[in-house]
Amino acid sequence: MITLERISRSFGDKQVLHDLSFSIGDGRMTGFVGSNGSGKTTTMRILLGVLASDSGRITVDGQIISPAHRSAIGYMPEERGLYPKMPIIDQLVYLARFHGLSRSTARQRGLELLEQLDLNGKPSDTLESVSLGNQQKVQIAAALIHSPQALVLDEPFSGLDPAAVERTLDVLQDFARTGAPVLFSSHQLELVERLVDDIVIINQGRLVANGTAAELRRQRSSPEWTLQTDADMGWVREIPDITVVELDGSWVRFAAPDSDTAEALLRRALAESSVTAFAPHTVPLNRLFQEVTQA
Amino acid sequence: MSAQTNPASAPNYASTSTTARNGNQPAPMTATRANFATAIGLIIEREIAVRLKSKAFMISTIFSIVLFGALVAVSGALPSLLSSTDQVAVTSAGAKAVDGIDGIDAIPVDTVDEAKKLVKSGDVAAAVVEDDQSPVGLTVIAERSAPDSLTGALSQVPTVELLDPDAPDPVLTNFLGLGLGIVFFMSAVTFGSTIAASVVEEKQSRIVEILLASTSARALMFGKVLACSILAFAQIALTAVSVLVGAAISGNDVVLGKVMGPIAWFVPLFLVGFVMIAALYAAAASMVSRTEDLGSTSSPIMMLIFLPYMAVIIFSSNESVMAVLSYIPFSAAVAVPMRVFLGTIEWWEPLVSLLILAVTTVLALLIATRIFERSILQSGPKVTWKQALSRPRG
Repeated sequence: MITLERISRSFGDKQVLHDLSFSIGDGRMTGFVGSNGSGKTTTMRILLGVLASDSGRITVDGQIISPAHRSAIGYMPEERGLYPKMPIIDQLVYLARFHGLSRSTARQRGLELLEQLDLNGKPSDTLESVSLGNQQKVQIAAALIHSPQALVLDEPFSGLDPAAVERTLDVLQDFARTGAPVLFSSHQLELVERLVDDIVIINQGRLVANGTAAELRRQRSSPEWTLQTDADMGWVREIPDITVVELDGSWVRFAAPDSDTAEALLRRALAESSVTAFAPHTVPLNRLFQEVTQA
Repeated sequence: MSAQTNPASAPNYASTSTTARNGNQPAPMTATRANFATAIGLIIEREIAVRLKSKAFMISTIFSIVLFGALVAVSGALPSLLSSTDQVAVTSAGAKAVDGIDGIDAIPVDTVDEAKKLVKSGDVAAAVVEDDQSPVGLTVIAERSAPDSLTGALSQVPTVELLDPDAPDPVLTNFLGLGLGIVFFMSAVTFGSTIAASVVEEKQSRIVEILLASTSARALMFGKVLACSILAFAQIALTAVSVLVGAAISGNDVVLGKVMGPIAWFVPLFLVGFVMIAALYAAAASMVSRTEDLGSTSSPIMMLIFLPYMAVIIFSSNESVMAVLSYIPFSAAVAVPMRVFLGTIEWWEPLVSLLILAVTTVLALLIATRIFERSILQSGPKVTWKQALSRPRG
């Protein structure tokens, strides 16, 4: 478990992080969401120790994070970068040796990873000579080369074609299943919604929402339901405490302060017509995101 | 978990994949990290390996080594190559007069007329024949002009007294200044640019972020500075060996004898001075995000190298200016050896000069590290020197 506590950071006069606190649980995929310039990359850099925070602290399993902890994190920065003219396997070995791996161990592990990631090219090829998709695989291998026990990935899916997204996803999920904390940022909210366990949303350097997708929906002031009957549902507008979000003849989506109110509405609908469907409405993450970041 | 039972279908990405999502506690999160010295070693190793694999680097190195060796070898052999022998027709009286003069190949003839015929036909450059009316008893016959070597040798020369026959030849002084200056300037600029390019490459490709997650900015900069200094020194040392070999082959005793002392001072001053310049170049490069912007931040350093270098060449015969230049860190590497060569330096002066240079280099390293740490992650527009020094820590 990696915990960030009240992290603040300014660049000159501009404060980009304000008392930011959240946790990345073991074995949990944590999605890190925020608009451009909200402070995601700065947060990740501080987590990796690439940048220093002005105040606040980071703990790993209750201990203040140490260089040894940080060395156990696999990191993929947003703007991808390795040496274009250096052979693929050589750069993996080079990076691994900063983590104390011997040359031969690093080489063996690098070759294994490239095979598992299905690199289409020779390990001795230079990076610039393989396709962008293969360069992306090498980038993932670079983050995994030292057998990290946690992963921090900045926009791992940006610029990937759908097949590459799926492959990267597989890697991340396999990794989280080993019990390791995984934090990744993404703009692709549908993707985040599909695969994460926890979501952290920040806006202008402040935490605005944190929890599982279900928790985030529950935290909303009024949950929503949908109701399908065989009669016109215009009467729902007249019910106190109920807000109609969308109405289309016999179908209605409404917000209610609690489930009792919603069920009361269902009972009345059952009394007046036949109900074919009634269900809580799952608000898509991007609407949640818009709501919390615009609040 | 399938990760254990069937590795082929579910690859084992993490080495500690012993627990399932809701299973036991994972192993404590920790890993070794290369210490400062090891990290510097790794960086040096890569930088040197990359340079040695670069064809352009190897070609320019070999070219400069061969060029300097060949220059010295040729300059040693030059006097004998340039001097030519003149064929001169001589009668018996003339033969006595030219006997023992260098560069004269005497061709004996019997009569003055025969000598004139040979001169006319161009078979000989001139003729020396007896002449009763001449004060020296001889006449030099030539078609249009007599060879200087001949008339000079036959003239009567007053006695010359040399007060200091070992005083440095001013031509050689200029030559030495120029040579050391070129070696210093070329190495500083080429290796300075090399280190700058390597910093910008890592910054531009953003691999610097991965590196900084595993080591410190200081290790990164020191590694690059040391790697470049080692390469520059190796190149200089090989050039020096090549110069000495060239001198030995051609028997150039000027280089072997008088220039050894100056070179002995040039080497340590160059080494320390180079570290200073490399550090400044690394700092300049950390301030830009694109190779195209490099010129604007590195040109002040170029000026710092170029202006003192020009001053040393221009004022090589002005003792007081040279004395000042030998204490300025950027010109010491050239000015001190020059003054050693001219013999106008006290024995302790090179030591003071080296000390000043060493202190300046330490300061330059501190400032460069500060700038490097603050600028290396800055993307976008270039950082100015002023901003880089006042910016809060990265």
